[in-house]
Amino acid sequence: MSLHTLSVAELAAGLRSKQFSATELARHFIARSEAHNGLLNGYITLTPERALADAAAADARLASGQAGPLTGIPLAQKDIFCTDGIRTTCGSRMLKNFVSPYDATVVERLVAAGTVLLGKTNMDEFAMGSSNETSHFGLVRNPWDTDRVPGGSSGGSAAVVSARLAPVATGTDTGGSIRQPAALTGISGIKPTYGRVSRYGMIAFASSLDQAGIMAPSAEDCALFLEAIAGFDPRDSTSVDVPVPAYSAELGQSVKGLRIGVVREFMEGGLDPANAALIRAALQVYADQGAEIVEVSCPNMGMSVPTYYVVAPAECSSNLSRFDGVRFGHRCENPKDLMDLYKRSRGEGFGAEVKRRIMTGAYVLSAGYYDAYYLKAQQVRQLISREFAAAFTQADVLVGPTSPTPAFKIGDKVDDPITMYLNDIYTIGANLAGLPAMSIPCGLLDGLPLGLQLIGPHFAESRLLSTAHAYQQATDWHRRLPAAYA
Amino acid sequence: MSLSRRDVEHIAHLARLSLGEDEISAATGSLSRILAFVDQLNAVDATGIAPMAHPLADQAQRLRPDVVTETDQHTRYQANATKVEAGLYLVPKVIE
Repeated sequence: MSLHTLSVAELAAGLRSKQFSATELARHFIARSEAHNGLLNGYITLTPERALADAAAADARLASGQAGPLTGIPLAQKDIFCTDGIRTTCGSRMLKNFVSPYDATVVERLVAAGTVLLGKTNMDEFAMGSSNETSHFGLVRNPWDTDRVPGGSSGGSAAVVSARLAPVATGTDTGGSIRQPAALTGISGIKPTYGRVSRYGMIAFASSLDQAGIMAPSAEDCALFLEAIAGFDPRDSTSVDVPVPAYSAELGQSVKGLRIGVVREFMEGGLDPANAALIRAALQVYADQGAEIVEVSCPNMGMSVPTYYVVAPAECSSNLSRFDGVRFGHRCENPKDLMDLYKRSRGEGFGAEVKRRIMTGAYVLSAGYYDAYYLKAQQVRQLISREFAAAFTQADVLVGPTSPTPAFKIGDKVDDPITMYLNDIYTIGANLAGLPAMSIPCGLLDGLPLGLQLIGPHFAESRLLSTAHAYQQATDWHRRLPAAYA
Repeated sequence: MSLSRRDVEHIAHLARLSLGEDEISAATGSLSRILAFVDQLNAVDATGIAPMAHPLADQAQRLRPDVVTETDQHTRYQANATKVEAGLYLVPKVIE
Protein backbone atom coordinates (compact mmCIF):
# COMPACT_ATOMS: atom_id res chain seq x y z
CA MET A 1 0.00 0.00 0.00
CA SER A 2 1.24 3.52 -0.83
CA LEU A 3 0.64 5.16 2.52
CA HIS A 4 1.75 8.54 1.21
CA THR A 5 -1.05 8.75 -1.34
CA LEU A 6 -3.80 8.34 1.25
CA SER A 7 -5.82 11.32 2.48
CA VAL A 8 -5.85 12.30 6.16
CA ALA A 9 -9.32 10.73 6.53
CA GLU A 10 -8.09 7.50 4.91
CA LEU A 11 -5.02 7.45 7.16
CA ALA A 12 -7.21 7.95 10.22
CA ALA A 13 -9.52 5.12 9.10
CA GLY A 14 -6.53 2.84 8.46
CA LEU A 15 -5.16 3.51 11.93
CA ARG A 16 -8.51 2.76 13.58
CA SER A 17 -9.07 -0.44 11.62
CA LYS A 18 -5.46 -1.50 12.37
CA GLN A 19 -4.44 -1.80 8.72
CA PHE A 20 -1.25 -0.11 9.89
CA SER A 21 0.01 1.34 13.15
CA ALA A 22 1.02 4.93 13.84
CA THR A 23 4.58 3.66 14.19
CA GLU A 24 4.50 2.03 10.73
CA LEU A 25 3.03 5.23 9.31
CA ALA A 26 5.70 7.35 10.98
CA ARG A 27 8.47 5.05 9.69
CA HIS A 28 7.11 5.36 6.14
CA PHE A 29 7.16 9.16 6.19
CA ILE A 30 10.49 9.35 8.05
CA ALA A 31 12.04 7.15 5.35
CA ARG A 32 10.58 9.29 2.55
CA SER A 33 11.65 12.49 4.25
CA GLU A 34 15.20 11.25 4.82
CA ALA A 35 15.48 9.91 1.27
CA HIS A 36 14.37 13.09 -0.47
CA ASN A 37 15.36 15.95 1.79
CA GLY A 38 18.90 16.07 0.46
CA LEU A 39 17.67 17.33 -2.89
CA LEU A 40 14.48 19.19 -1.97
CA ASN A 41 15.75 20.74 1.32
CA GLY A 42 12.17 21.17 2.49
CA TYR A 43 13.09 20.49 6.11
CA ILE A 44 15.54 22.50 8.18
CA THR A 45 15.36 19.98 11.01
CA LEU A 46 14.16 16.37 10.84
CA THR A 47 12.90 14.93 14.14
CA PRO A 48 12.72 11.14 13.58
CA GLU A 49 13.19 10.23 17.26
CA ARG A 50 10.46 12.61 18.31
CA ALA A 51 8.24 11.22 15.53
CA LEU A 52 8.69 7.65 16.76
CA ALA A 53 7.98 8.67 20.36
CA ASP A 54 4.85 10.55 19.25
CA ALA A 55 3.81 7.52 17.19
CA ALA A 56 4.27 5.14 20.12
CA ALA A 57 2.09 7.41 22.26
CA ALA A 58 -0.48 7.55 19.46
CA ASP A 59 -0.53 3.76 19.17
CA ALA A 60 -1.20 3.52 22.90
CA ARG A 61 -4.06 6.01 22.59
CA LEU A 62 -5.49 4.14 19.63
CA ALA A 63 -5.30 0.85 21.53
CA SER A 64 -7.04 2.32 24.57
CA GLY A 65 -9.85 3.87 22.53
CA GLN A 66 -8.77 7.40 23.54
CA ALA A 67 -7.81 8.48 20.03
CA GLY A 68 -9.13 11.60 18.32
CA PRO A 69 -9.55 12.07 14.56
CA LEU A 70 -5.91 13.15 14.09
CA THR A 71 -4.21 10.77 16.50
CA GLY A 72 -1.24 9.15 14.77
CA ILE A 73 -1.26 11.40 11.69
CA PRO A 74 2.25 12.65 10.84
CA LEU A 75 2.82 16.29 10.06
CA ALA A 76 5.54 18.87 9.46
CA GLN A 77 5.66 22.21 11.28
CA LYS A 78 6.87 25.36 9.57
CA ASP A 79 9.99 26.44 11.41
CA ILE A 80 8.28 29.69 12.43
CA PHE A 81 6.31 27.85 15.15
CA CYS A 82 8.10 27.48 18.47
CA THR A 83 8.51 23.84 19.46
CA ASP A 84 9.51 23.05 23.04
CA GLY A 85 13.00 21.58 23.17
CA ILE A 86 13.44 21.60 19.38
CA ARG A 87 15.48 24.15 17.43
CA THR A 88 13.26 26.88 15.96
CA THR A 89 15.16 28.98 13.41
CA CYS A 90 12.61 30.95 11.35
CA GLY A 91 15.02 30.36 8.46
CA SER A 92 17.51 32.80 9.95
CA ARG A 93 21.11 32.82 11.09
CA MET A 94 19.78 34.99 13.94
CA LEU A 95 17.99 31.96 15.44
CA LYS A 96 20.36 29.27 14.21
CA ASN A 97 20.88 27.96 17.75
CA PHE A 98 17.55 28.93 19.31
CA VAL A 99 15.91 26.05 21.15
CA SER A 100 12.42 27.14 22.08
CA PRO A 101 11.53 26.81 25.77
CA TYR A 102 7.82 26.43 24.96
CA ASP A 103 5.30 25.28 22.33
CA ALA A 104 3.32 27.65 20.14
CA THR A 105 -0.44 27.26 20.64
CA VAL A 106 -0.73 25.69 17.17
CA VAL A 107 1.93 23.16 18.15
CA GLU A 108 0.41 22.54 21.58
CA ARG A 109 -3.01 21.81 20.04
CA LEU A 110 -1.60 19.43 17.45
CA VAL A 111 0.40 17.65 20.15
CA ALA A 112 -2.77 17.31 22.22
CA ALA A 113 -4.56 15.90 19.17
CA GLY A 114 -1.95 13.11 19.05
CA THR A 115 -0.24 14.05 15.78
CA VAL A 116 3.29 12.91 14.98
CA LEU A 117 5.98 15.54 14.38
CA LEU A 118 8.22 14.69 11.40
CA GLY A 119 10.27 17.88 11.40
CA LYS A 120 10.48 21.63 10.97
CA THR A 121 10.15 22.98 7.45
CA ASN A 122 12.33 25.41 5.57
CA MET A 123 11.08 28.91 4.85
CA ASP A 124 12.13 32.32 3.63
CA GLU A 125 14.00 34.10 6.43
CA PHE A 126 11.44 35.42 8.94
CA ALA A 127 8.78 34.58 6.30
CA MET A 128 9.99 37.41 4.06
CA GLY A 129 10.07 36.15 0.51
CA SER A 130 8.03 34.53 -2.25
CA SER A 131 10.47 31.90 -3.47
CA ASN A 132 12.14 30.34 -0.43
CA GLU A 133 15.48 31.63 -1.67
CA THR A 134 16.15 33.86 1.35
CA SER A 135 16.50 31.03 3.90
CA HIS A 136 19.82 30.91 5.77
CA PHE A 137 19.51 27.12 5.46
CA GLY A 138 19.52 27.09 1.68
CA LEU A 139 16.89 27.22 -1.01
CA VAL A 140 14.06 24.72 -1.40
CA ARG A 141 13.43 22.95 -4.70
CA ASN A 142 10.03 22.44 -6.29
CA PRO A 143 9.23 18.69 -6.56
CA TRP A 144 7.56 19.30 -9.94
CA ASP A 145 10.81 20.66 -11.41
CA THR A 146 13.82 20.84 -9.15
CA ASP A 147 15.31 23.74 -11.13
CA ARG A 148 12.37 25.84 -9.97
CA VAL A 149 11.35 27.49 -6.71
CA PRO A 150 8.47 26.14 -4.61
CA GLY A 151 7.21 29.65 -3.83
CA GLY A 152 7.38 31.16 -0.38
CA SER A 153 7.54 31.91 2.33
CA SER A 154 6.12 28.48 3.36
CA GLY A 155 8.15 26.87 0.56
CA GLY A 156 9.44 23.99 2.69
CA SER A 157 5.95 23.04 3.87
CA ALA A 158 4.72 23.21 0.27
CA ALA A 159 7.57 21.06 -1.07
CA VAL A 160 7.28 18.33 1.58
CA VAL A 161 3.51 18.03 1.14
CA SER A 162 3.74 18.18 -2.66
CA ALA A 163 6.31 15.35 -2.67
CA ARG A 164 4.26 13.57 0.02
CA LEU A 165 7.14 13.54 2.48
CA ALA A 166 4.41 14.54 4.95
CA PRO A 167 0.63 14.22 4.59
CA VAL A 168 0.12 17.76 5.90
CA ALA A 169 2.08 20.79 7.08
CA THR A 170 1.45 24.04 8.86
CA GLY A 171 2.14 27.36 7.19
CA THR A 172 1.79 31.05 7.85
CA ASP A 173 0.49 33.70 5.50
CA THR A 174 1.24 37.42 5.80
CA GLY A 175 0.89 38.34 2.11
CA GLY A 176 0.30 34.99 0.40
CA SER A 177 2.87 32.73 2.06
CA ILE A 178 0.50 29.75 2.30
CA ARG A 179 -1.49 30.25 -0.90
CA GLN A 180 1.26 31.09 -3.40
CA PRO A 181 3.55 28.13 -2.53
CA ALA A 182 0.48 25.84 -2.41
CA ALA A 183 -0.39 26.97 -5.94
CA LEU A 184 3.15 26.53 -7.22
CA THR A 185 3.45 22.98 -5.86
CA GLY A 186 -0.03 21.69 -6.72
CA ILE A 187 -1.50 21.40 -3.22
CA SER A 188 -4.30 23.08 -1.24
CA GLY A 189 -3.70 25.72 1.41
CA ILE A 190 -5.92 27.81 3.63
CA LYS A 191 -5.20 31.11 5.34
CA PRO A 192 -8.01 31.64 7.84
CA THR A 193 -9.55 34.92 8.98
CA TYR A 194 -7.18 37.17 10.90
CA GLY A 195 -7.42 36.14 14.57
CA ARG A 196 -8.97 32.72 13.84
CA VAL A 197 -5.81 30.81 14.77
CA SER A 198 -3.61 31.86 17.66
CA ARG A 199 -0.35 33.61 16.84
CA TYR A 200 1.12 32.75 20.25
CA GLY A 201 4.55 31.22 19.70
CA MET A 202 4.46 31.97 15.98
CA ILE A 203 7.44 34.22 15.38
CA ALA A 204 6.04 37.61 14.39
CA PHE A 205 6.64 39.33 11.06
CA ALA A 206 3.73 41.79 10.56
CA SER A 207 1.29 41.42 13.42
CA SER A 208 -1.80 42.94 11.78
CA LEU A 209 -1.44 40.57 8.81
CA ASP A 210 0.14 37.32 10.07
CA GLN A 211 -2.10 34.27 10.26
CA ALA A 212 -1.40 30.54 10.61
CA GLY A 213 -3.01 27.94 8.38
CA ILE A 214 -2.81 24.49 6.86
CA MET A 215 -1.24 23.09 3.69
CA ALA A 216 -2.31 19.64 2.45
CA PRO A 217 -3.30 17.88 -0.76
CA SER A 218 -7.05 18.47 -0.41
CA ALA A 219 -9.59 20.83 1.13
CA GLU A 220 -10.86 17.91 3.21
CA ASP A 221 -7.39 17.41 4.73
CA CYS A 222 -7.19 21.16 5.42
CA ALA A 223 -10.62 21.10 7.12
CA LEU A 224 -9.64 18.27 9.46
CA PHE A 225 -6.50 20.06 10.60
CA LEU A 226 -7.92 23.59 10.68
CA GLU A 227 -10.61 22.57 13.15
CA ALA A 228 -7.85 21.26 15.42
CA ILE A 229 -5.79 24.48 15.47
CA ALA A 230 -8.48 27.19 15.24
CA GLY A 231 -10.07 28.85 18.23
CA PHE A 232 -9.71 31.38 20.98
CA ASP A 233 -6.44 31.68 22.85
CA PRO A 234 -6.11 34.16 25.73
CA ARG A 235 -2.36 34.24 25.14
CA ASP A 236 -2.80 36.04 21.78
CA SER A 237 -4.39 39.45 22.35
CA THR A 238 -5.79 39.53 18.79
CA SER A 239 -7.23 36.00 18.96
CA VAL A 240 -10.96 36.13 18.31
CA ASP A 241 -13.49 34.48 20.61
CA VAL A 242 -15.81 33.08 17.93
CA PRO A 243 -16.89 29.41 18.04
CA VAL A 244 -15.11 27.08 15.59
CA PRO A 245 -17.46 25.15 13.31
CA ALA A 246 -16.81 21.47 12.56
CA TYR A 247 -15.32 22.28 9.17
CA SER A 248 -14.95 18.67 8.08
CA ALA A 249 -18.61 17.89 8.92
CA GLU A 250 -19.75 20.86 6.81
CA LEU A 251 -17.80 19.95 3.67
CA GLY A 252 -20.85 18.53 1.92
CA GLN A 253 -22.56 21.91 1.46
CA SER A 254 -23.70 22.23 -2.14
CA VAL A 255 -22.59 25.13 -4.33
CA LYS A 256 -26.01 25.22 -5.99
CA GLY A 257 -27.14 28.82 -5.92
CA LEU A 258 -23.81 29.98 -4.47
CA ARG A 259 -22.85 33.35 -5.92
CA ILE A 260 -19.25 33.13 -7.10
CA GLY A 261 -17.77 36.53 -7.81
CA VAL A 262 -15.00 36.89 -10.37
CA VAL A 263 -12.89 39.88 -9.42
CA ARG A 264 -12.55 41.87 -12.64
CA GLU A 265 -9.24 43.45 -11.58
CA PHE A 266 -7.74 39.97 -11.10
CA MET A 267 -8.67 38.83 -14.60
CA GLU A 268 -7.64 41.98 -16.45
CA GLY A 269 -4.36 43.84 -16.64
CA GLY A 270 -1.73 41.44 -17.73
CA LEU A 271 -2.97 38.07 -16.50
CA ASP A 272 -1.46 35.40 -18.75
CA PRO A 273 -4.28 34.16 -21.06
CA ALA A 274 -3.32 30.54 -20.33
CA ASN A 275 -3.64 31.18 -16.57
CA ALA A 276 -6.95 32.99 -17.14
CA ALA A 277 -8.19 30.00 -19.17
CA LEU A 278 -7.59 27.66 -16.21
CA ILE A 279 -9.57 29.99 -13.94
CA ARG A 280 -12.44 30.13 -16.45
CA ALA A 281 -12.43 26.33 -16.74
CA ALA A 282 -12.73 26.11 -12.94
CA LEU A 283 -15.65 28.56 -13.05
CA GLN A 284 -17.32 26.27 -15.57
CA VAL A 285 -17.00 23.38 -13.10
CA TYR A 286 -18.88 25.50 -10.56
CA ALA A 287 -21.46 26.66 -13.11
CA ASP A 288 -22.09 23.01 -13.99
CA GLN A 289 -22.81 22.36 -10.32
CA GLY A 290 -25.39 25.14 -10.22
CA ALA A 291 -23.36 28.04 -8.88
CA GLU A 292 -24.14 31.51 -10.14
CA ILE A 293 -21.11 33.29 -11.63
CA VAL A 294 -21.13 37.06 -11.20
CA GLU A 295 -18.54 39.74 -11.87
CA VAL A 296 -17.44 42.09 -9.11
CA SER A 297 -15.02 44.98 -9.07
CA CYS A 298 -12.49 46.17 -6.51
CA PRO A 299 -10.96 49.22 -8.25
CA ASN A 300 -8.13 49.77 -5.76
CA MET A 301 -6.97 46.14 -5.78
CA GLY A 302 -3.91 47.16 -7.78
CA MET A 303 -2.82 49.28 -4.81
CA SER A 304 -2.61 46.27 -2.51
CA VAL A 305 1.07 45.53 -3.20
CA PRO A 306 2.34 49.09 -2.59
CA THR A 307 0.09 49.31 0.49
CA TYR A 308 1.52 46.05 1.81
CA TYR A 309 5.11 47.16 1.21
CA VAL A 310 4.56 50.06 3.60
CA VAL A 311 2.47 48.31 6.27
CA ALA A 312 4.36 45.00 6.45
CA PRO A 313 7.90 46.48 6.62
CA ALA A 314 6.73 49.00 9.24
CA GLU A 315 5.40 46.23 11.46
CA CYS A 316 8.43 44.06 10.72
CA SER A 317 10.84 46.79 11.81
CA SER A 318 9.01 47.02 15.15
CA ASN A 319 8.69 43.27 15.67
CA LEU A 320 12.28 42.45 14.80
CA SER A 321 13.63 45.06 17.20
CA ARG A 322 13.40 42.30 19.83
CA PHE A 323 16.51 40.71 18.33
CA ASP A 324 19.10 42.65 20.28
CA GLY A 325 21.86 40.09 20.73
CA VAL A 326 21.27 39.97 24.48
CA ARG A 327 18.50 37.60 25.52
CA PHE A 328 18.40 35.14 22.62
CA GLY A 329 19.57 34.92 19.06
CA HIS A 330 22.89 35.67 17.42
CA ARG A 331 25.39 37.78 19.35
CA CYS A 332 28.49 39.30 17.73
CA GLU A 333 32.00 38.67 19.06
CA ASN A 334 33.74 41.25 21.27
CA PRO A 335 31.31 44.17 21.12
CA LYS A 336 33.03 47.42 22.06
CA ASP A 337 29.88 48.96 23.52
CA LEU A 338 26.14 48.35 23.69
CA MET A 339 25.42 50.09 20.36
CA ASP A 340 28.08 48.00 18.67
CA LEU A 341 26.52 44.88 20.21
CA TYR A 342 23.09 45.75 18.80
CA LYS A 343 24.29 46.79 15.36
CA ARG A 344 26.72 44.00 14.66
CA SER A 345 24.56 41.25 16.15
CA ARG A 346 21.69 42.36 13.91
CA GLY A 347 23.89 43.12 10.91
CA GLU A 348 25.42 39.62 11.09
CA GLY A 349 22.27 37.76 12.14
CA PHE A 350 19.85 39.02 9.50
CA GLY A 351 20.06 38.32 5.76
CA ALA A 352 19.75 40.84 2.92
CA GLU A 353 15.97 40.74 2.40
CA VAL A 354 15.20 41.01 6.12
CA LYS A 355 17.53 44.01 6.44
CA ARG A 356 15.90 45.59 3.40
CA ARG A 357 12.44 45.25 4.98
CA ILE A 358 13.57 46.49 8.39
CA MET A 359 15.12 49.57 6.78
CA THR A 360 12.07 50.22 4.59
CA GLY A 361 9.96 50.04 7.74
CA ALA A 362 12.27 52.26 9.76
CA TYR A 363 12.14 54.82 6.96
CA VAL A 364 8.33 54.91 6.51
CA LEU A 365 7.89 55.25 10.27
CA SER A 366 10.57 57.91 10.72
CA ALA A 367 9.87 61.52 11.62
CA GLY A 368 8.61 63.51 8.64
CA TYR A 369 7.61 60.46 6.59
CA TYR A 370 5.06 58.74 8.82
CA ASP A 371 2.04 60.63 7.43
CA ALA A 372 3.08 60.40 3.80
CA TYR A 373 3.75 56.67 3.88
CA TYR A 374 2.38 54.79 6.86
CA LEU A 375 -0.81 56.75 7.47
CA LYS A 376 -1.54 56.92 3.74
CA ALA A 377 -1.06 53.17 3.38
CA GLN A 378 -3.43 52.53 6.30
CA GLN A 379 -6.03 54.71 4.56
CA VAL A 380 -5.69 52.85 1.27
CA ARG A 381 -5.89 49.61 3.26
CA GLN A 382 -9.27 50.81 4.55
CA LEU A 383 -10.41 51.53 0.97
CA ILE A 384 -9.38 48.07 -0.21
CA SER A 385 -11.13 46.50 2.77
CA ARG A 386 -14.36 48.41 2.02
CA GLU A 387 -14.24 47.31 -1.61
CA PHE A 388 -14.06 43.70 -0.50
CA ALA A 389 -17.01 44.27 1.84
CA ALA A 390 -19.01 45.77 -1.05
CA ALA A 391 -18.09 42.83 -3.29
CA PHE A 392 -19.41 40.44 -0.64
CA THR A 393 -22.86 42.02 -0.91
CA GLN A 394 -22.95 40.70 -4.50
CA ALA A 395 -21.09 37.42 -4.09
CA ASP A 396 -20.63 34.73 -1.42
CA VAL A 397 -17.12 33.75 -2.51
CA LEU A 398 -14.64 35.65 -4.65
CA VAL A 399 -12.33 33.85 -7.06
CA GLY A 400 -9.28 34.56 -9.14
CA PRO A 401 -5.80 33.24 -9.76
CA THR A 402 -3.45 32.66 -6.82
CA SER A 403 -0.25 33.54 -8.62
CA PRO A 404 0.57 35.31 -11.89
CA THR A 405 2.74 32.47 -13.21
CA PRO A 406 3.64 28.88 -12.39
CA ALA A 407 6.88 28.25 -10.45
CA PHE A 408 9.76 30.27 -11.87
CA LYS A 409 13.42 29.22 -12.19
CA ILE A 410 15.70 29.41 -9.18
CA GLY A 411 17.63 32.68 -9.33
CA ASP A 412 15.31 34.36 -11.86
CA LYS A 413 13.94 37.03 -9.56
CA VAL A 414 16.43 37.29 -6.70
CA ASP A 415 18.10 40.44 -7.98
CA ASP A 416 14.99 42.60 -8.24
CA PRO A 417 12.87 42.97 -5.10
CA ILE A 418 9.97 44.66 -6.91
CA THR A 419 9.57 41.81 -9.42
CA MET A 420 9.60 39.37 -6.50
CA TYR A 421 7.05 41.43 -4.55
CA LEU A 422 4.64 41.44 -7.51
CA ASN A 423 4.28 37.65 -7.22
CA ASP A 424 1.82 38.33 -4.43
CA ILE A 425 -0.38 40.71 -6.40
CA TYR A 426 -3.45 38.45 -6.09
CA THR A 427 -2.95 37.26 -2.53
CA ILE A 428 -2.10 40.39 -0.52
CA GLY A 429 -5.61 41.89 -0.61
CA ALA A 430 -7.03 39.17 1.64
CA ASN A 431 -4.32 39.82 4.23
CA LEU A 432 -4.90 43.58 4.24
CA ALA A 433 -8.62 43.02 4.84
CA GLY A 434 -8.09 40.07 7.24
CA LEU A 435 -10.19 37.76 5.05
CA PRO A 436 -9.97 33.96 4.89
CA ALA A 437 -8.63 32.72 1.56
CA MET A 438 -7.42 29.48 0.07
CA SER A 439 -5.69 28.13 -2.99
CA ILE A 440 -6.51 24.82 -4.64
CA PRO A 441 -4.81 23.22 -7.63
CA CYS A 442 -6.75 23.90 -10.83
CA GLY A 443 -4.56 22.62 -13.63
CA LEU A 444 -1.12 22.42 -15.16
CA LEU A 445 0.63 24.88 -17.44
CA ASP A 446 3.58 23.32 -19.29
CA GLY A 447 3.56 20.55 -16.71
CA LEU A 448 3.61 22.94 -13.75
CA PRO A 449 0.71 23.41 -11.30
CA LEU A 450 -1.32 26.58 -10.85
CA GLY A 451 -3.87 27.52 -8.23
CA LEU A 452 -7.42 28.83 -8.05
CA GLN A 453 -7.85 31.31 -5.24
CA LEU A 454 -11.07 31.50 -3.21
CA ILE A 455 -11.64 34.45 -0.85
CA GLY A 456 -14.49 34.64 1.65
CA PRO A 457 -15.95 37.13 4.13
CA HIS A 458 -14.61 37.12 7.70
CA PHE A 459 -15.09 33.72 9.40
CA ALA A 460 -16.41 32.05 6.22
CA GLU A 461 -13.77 29.29 6.35
CA SER A 462 -16.47 26.64 6.25
CA ARG A 463 -17.89 28.08 3.03
CA LEU A 464 -14.42 28.30 1.46
CA LEU A 465 -13.58 24.72 2.38
CA SER A 466 -16.86 23.30 1.14
CA THR A 467 -16.61 25.32 -2.09
CA ALA A 468 -13.09 23.98 -2.61
CA HIS A 469 -14.25 20.46 -1.72
CA ALA A 470 -17.07 20.65 -4.30
CA TYR A 471 -14.47 21.44 -6.98
CA GLN A 472 -12.26 18.59 -5.80
CA GLN A 473 -15.18 16.15 -5.97
CA ALA A 474 -15.46 16.96 -9.70
CA THR A 475 -11.75 17.17 -10.58
CA ASP A 476 -8.55 15.32 -9.72
CA TRP A 477 -5.88 18.03 -9.89
CA HIS A 478 -5.36 17.70 -6.13
CA ARG A 479 -4.51 14.02 -6.56
CA ARG A 480 -1.75 14.61 -9.11
CA LEU A 481 1.73 14.03 -7.81
CA PRO A 482 5.02 15.15 -9.30
CA ALA A 483 6.21 12.08 -11.24
CA ALA A 484 9.45 11.59 -9.30
CA TYR A 485 7.55 11.30 -6.00
CA ALA A 486 4.55 9.21 -6.99
CA MET B 1 11.98 59.09 -4.02
CA SER B 2 15.72 58.69 -4.31
CA LEU B 3 17.81 58.05 -1.24
CA SER B 4 21.38 59.19 -0.74
CA ARG B 5 24.13 57.21 0.90
CA ARG B 6 23.73 59.43 3.97
CA ASP B 7 20.01 58.63 4.12
CA VAL B 8 20.77 54.90 4.09
CA GLU B 9 23.38 55.26 6.81
CA HIS B 10 20.86 57.20 8.91
CA ILE B 11 18.13 54.57 8.40
CA ALA B 12 20.57 51.78 9.22
CA HIS B 13 21.47 53.60 12.43
CA LEU B 14 17.78 54.01 13.36
CA ALA B 15 17.28 50.29 12.69
CA ARG B 16 20.45 49.38 14.64
CA LEU B 17 22.00 47.54 11.71
CA SER B 18 25.66 47.54 10.82
CA LEU B 19 26.06 47.38 7.05
CA GLY B 20 29.11 46.54 4.97
CA GLU B 21 30.28 48.88 2.21
CA ASP B 22 28.64 46.74 -0.51
CA GLU B 23 25.41 46.50 1.50
CA ILE B 24 25.17 50.30 1.77
CA SER B 25 25.46 50.81 -1.98
CA ALA B 26 23.05 47.95 -2.73
CA ALA B 27 20.53 49.29 -0.20
CA THR B 28 20.74 52.80 -1.66
CA GLY B 29 19.51 51.46 -4.99
CA SER B 30 16.96 48.93 -3.78
CA LEU B 31 15.37 51.13 -1.08
CA SER B 32 15.04 53.96 -3.61
CA ARG B 33 13.27 51.60 -6.00
CA ILE B 34 10.94 50.30 -3.26
CA LEU B 35 10.03 53.84 -2.20
CA ALA B 36 9.41 54.85 -5.82
CA PHE B 37 7.15 51.79 -6.12
CA VAL B 38 5.10 52.59 -3.01
CA ASP B 39 4.83 56.22 -4.18
CA GLN B 40 1.99 54.90 -6.39
CA LEU B 41 -0.15 55.36 -3.29
CA ASN B 42 -0.03 59.12 -3.93
CA ALA B 43 -2.37 58.55 -6.86
CA VAL B 44 -5.15 57.38 -4.52
CA ASP B 45 -7.47 59.99 -3.09
CA ALA B 46 -8.02 58.87 0.49
CA THR B 47 -9.16 62.20 1.92
CA GLY B 48 -11.24 61.68 5.02
CA ILE B 49 -10.73 57.90 5.09
CA ALA B 50 -9.97 56.55 8.57
CA PRO B 51 -6.62 54.73 8.70
CA MET B 52 -7.12 51.00 9.23
CA ALA B 53 -4.85 49.64 11.93
CA HIS B 54 -6.66 46.36 12.52
CA PRO B 55 -8.40 44.08 10.02
CA LEU B 56 -11.40 43.34 12.24
CA ALA B 57 -13.05 46.67 12.88
CA ASP B 58 -15.26 45.67 15.81
CA GLN B 59 -12.55 44.01 17.87
CA ALA B 60 -11.53 45.75 21.06
CA GLN B 61 -8.30 45.02 22.89
CA ARG B 62 -9.06 42.54 25.66
CA LEU B 63 -8.07 42.94 29.27
CA ARG B 64 -7.32 40.00 31.51
CA PRO B 65 -7.74 39.65 35.27
CA ASP B 66 -4.70 40.98 37.09
CA VAL B 67 -3.52 37.65 38.45
CA VAL B 68 -0.19 35.86 38.19
CA THR B 69 -0.30 33.30 35.38
CA GLU B 70 3.39 32.80 34.61
CA THR B 71 5.84 30.89 36.74
CA ASP B 72 9.54 31.64 37.11
CA GLN B 73 11.39 29.85 34.31
CA HIS B 74 14.35 32.17 33.91
CA THR B 75 16.89 29.35 33.84
CA ARG B 76 15.17 27.79 30.83
CA TYR B 77 14.78 31.12 29.07
CA GLN B 78 18.35 32.17 29.76
CA ALA B 79 19.65 28.95 28.23
CA ASN B 80 19.23 30.72 24.88
CA ALA B 81 21.39 33.72 25.85
CA THR B 82 25.06 33.79 24.88
CA LYS B 83 26.26 35.52 28.06
CA VAL B 84 24.58 35.02 31.42
CA GLU B 85 25.96 35.19 34.94
CA ALA B 86 24.15 34.74 38.26
CA GLY B 87 20.78 34.89 36.52
CA LEU B 88 21.65 38.16 34.77
CA TYR B 89 22.18 38.89 31.08
CA LEU B 90 25.64 40.31 30.45
CA VAL B 91 26.13 43.29 28.13
CA PRO B 92 29.07 45.66 27.55
CA LYS B 93 29.52 48.31 30.21
CA VAL B 94 26.89 51.05 29.79
CA ILE B 95 27.76 53.46 32.63
CA GLU B 96 31.37 54.63 32.93
